[in-house]
Amino acid sequence: MGGYLAKRALLALAVAVTVSLVNFTMVLLSGDIAVSIAGPTATYEQLERIRRDLGLDQPIVVQYLRWLGNAVRGDFGDSLFYRTPVADLILERLPVTLTLGISAIVFTILVAIPLGVVAALRPNSWIDRAALSLAVAGQAMPSFWFGLMLIVLFSVMFPILPPSGAESWEYFIMPTVVLGYSAMPAVMRLTRSGMIEVLTSDYIRTAYAKGLRHFKVLFKHALRNAVIPVVSLAAVQFGYMLAGSIIVESIFALHGTGFLAWEAMKTADLPVVQAILFVFSLFYIVLTFLSDMLNAWLDPRIRIG
Amino acid sequence: MAIRSIRQGGTAIAAAALVALATGSAWAGKKDDTLNIGWSRVVESNDVYFNQGVREGMIVGRLLWDNLVERNPTTGQYEPLLATSYKWVNETTLDLELRQGVKFHNGAAFTAEDVVYTLNWTSNPDNKVAVPIMVNWIKNAEKLGDYSVRINLKQPFPAALEYLNAAIPIYPHEYYAKVGTKGMSEAPVGTGPYTASNVQPGRTITLTKNPNYIVGGPKGTPTIGKIVQRTIAEEQTQVAELLSGRLDWMWNATPDTADNLRKRPNLTVVDGETMRIGFISFNANGTGGANPMQDIRVRKAVAHAIDREGITKALIRGSARVIPSACYPTQFGCAQDIPQYAYDPAKAKALLAEAGFANGLDIDLFGYLDRPHTEAIMNQLRQVGIRPNLQWLQFGPMFAAMQQGKAPFTHLTTGAWSINDVSITLRGSFAGGPWDIARDQQVIDLVLGADKIVDQAKRADLYKQVLTRINEQVYWLPLNTYYITYAFTSELDFTPHPDEVARFYQSKWK
Repeated sequence: MGGYLAKRALLALAVAVTVSLVNFTMVLLSGDIAVSIAGPTATYEQLERIRRDLGLDQPIVVQYLRWLGNAVRGDFGDSLFYRTPVADLILERLPVTLTLGISAIVFTILVAIPLGVVAALRPNSWIDRAALSLAVAGQAMPSFWFGLMLIVLFSVMFPILPPSGAESWEYFIMPTVVLGYSAMPAVMRLTRSGMIEVLTSDYIRTAYAKGLRHFKVLFKHALRNAVIPVVSLAAVQFGYMLAGSIIVESIFALHGTGFLAWEAMKTADLPVVQAILFVFSLFYIVLTFLSDMLNAWLDPRIRIG
Repeated sequence: MAIRSIRQGGTAIAAAALVALATGSAWAGKKDDTLNIGWSRVVESNDVYFNQGVREGMIVGRLLWDNLVERNPTTGQYEPLLATSYKWVNETTLDLELRQGVKFHNGAAFTAEDVVYTLNWTSNPDNKVAVPIMVNWIKNAEKLGDYSVRINLKQPFPAALEYLNAAIPIYPHEYYAKVGTKGMSEAPVGTGPYTASNVQPGRTITLTKNPNYIVGGPKGTPTIGKIVQRTIAEEQTQVAELLSGRLDWMWNATPDTADNLRKRPNLTVVDGETMRIGFISFNANGTGGANPMQDIRVRKAVAHAIDREGITKALIRGSARVIPSACYPTQFGCAQDIPQYAYDPAKAKALLAEAGFANGLDIDLFGYLDRPHTEAIMNQLRQVGIRPNLQWLQFGPMFAAMQQGKAPFTHLTTGAWSINDVSITLRGSFAGGPWDIARDQQVIDLVLGADKIVDQAKRADLYKQVLTRINEQVYWLPLNTYYITYAFTSELDFTPHPDEVARFYQSKWK
């Protein structure tokens, strides 16, 4: 296990460095940071001075190493737009995105796993097909459209939920449903296939033979095993949700990091774009690493193979 | 871009659904004397010297602070605000007498110290205000007495009063020195008609009527008790907020949304022309390498190929109109009787052939803001054989491409920072700075010369010469004005103005 852990950790580190390099280079090539800082009324001399002061006249490798050195210490520089440290901005906005992401993954799990279990109990029946249709609809619907329709229904037609903002928990209900719904098919289908496989295994037959009740066999013996790969999938989905909240945050006026990323792209606030991409990449890499470890711990064939 | 197209797709669906389904809503604004306003643009800082001149920042700025003078939007006259009178001592010296008895929101008395500090601090290049062109004409300010100041100019600058009116609010000197720009953004203190609370820069701000506000001033006396501003990125979410009664005012409604909102009995929808103008800028001097737009015949061909009147009526609609020169008609010096290019595709083709492009040409067209309009222009250019390859970018990269000479021609807009004097546009774009891609020495000399002339007739004449040469050489092709659609509860008495500064301190409940 130790060797496997070290190998995966090294791989994760290599991915992090590669992602940071690609991220840094692409963002740098997408615009001139000196122009953004100087503004539209600057002179050539001011532009050149800014380029010199920021080291933008240095080779990209030198610029990258300096940026990475600062980034690992949590220093992403100042936002060109807000003129405050990027790290402060991200920390200030992260609670909204984390609240949304955690709520959405909990919603996904609470809905998709029972649906998967129900579908697995009657494979290819109308219940199975209905559960699958319900889940797939979540993936098929564009989140902006789904979000707007929820607003029409629950804020305008039947005004029981606020359409935008983040003042209290009610404000997170619709964004949670929109973000969580899109991740349901994967979780639901994995639960379904896992349950179908487990329900046909010998130990389940033995459990029934021992005279255990159906409910107990289903939830104590079958689901506990079937849900193992779902947990690691959910970890990865959680990473997707954090990074994929841009549209949802925009529609529901939640001022989290997703909205910050969108605004930063619009205003060519390159330090913010770089930092958010880097931070979300790290989230994703860490969550993938943890899910690998979980899988390896649960299934010895992975770590031995 | 993907998000933009998704949004556009959703606009019609959502707007139709909202209008069809919405039930009557309880308009809470008037009832609790709170005006809820929303807009999509994030204002980076409430410190107006550190936002990029966006109108939303100006709107909040005018509520919180006062300028020395205030231009009456109806008469165009400069009326005394924090200054009670002004006098030009000579071409570079402006003396002002200040209003007495005015207090900042924190209780500090307004005096000459505040004016001197504000002007000296903001005009000091080391402090790097966001739009230095607003203050870089000031040499310094000095105190003549507790309530009188002198502003020394670097050189004659006749538009000084317009700049003092539009963009130079006076800050409390002790407070600003103590808290800095971050502190001022998070806890703004001014002399304006409203005070700030619950400030989350870029997200929300609550403004409460200032009971000690100047009586008899040009801004009037505020009547609405509280204004709550929220930043809501999505237009359709704003519409939902408006229809559910949680929002009382929004602006920048797109034409489809506006048409739907007009059907609502309890909403007022108004189109207001703005000072924003659209134009095409050409890389005429070949900065960054040779390009076809260096040939004036090609530039003229573009000018003749575009049906400006047709596009403006069909696409921009509202109160937008075609402009003959590269400025808003009410701006001082914005001459209207200068050479024009009629829509004439045959002439455009002939000019192209004469320039050696009988078979047409493929060329990059850059743009960043008004895509439907840009695409309409592209269609008309294709009719005469100019095949544009659209480079659609965000403002920063687009500006860099222009500055580096990579953009042969670019579809742009400018709102002139709401300055009602053409100097703001010409100083920025034709005086040899980074925006000046024409780099025509004759134009540069004329613009810099006009800056220094106090005689308004002579100054207007020089600007006319500049605008004439810009049109003759087709450095810019002026296109149209824009308009903004405002939607608000019918219980609100609100008047829009072309400078895009919503004056909520003059609004009232009906």
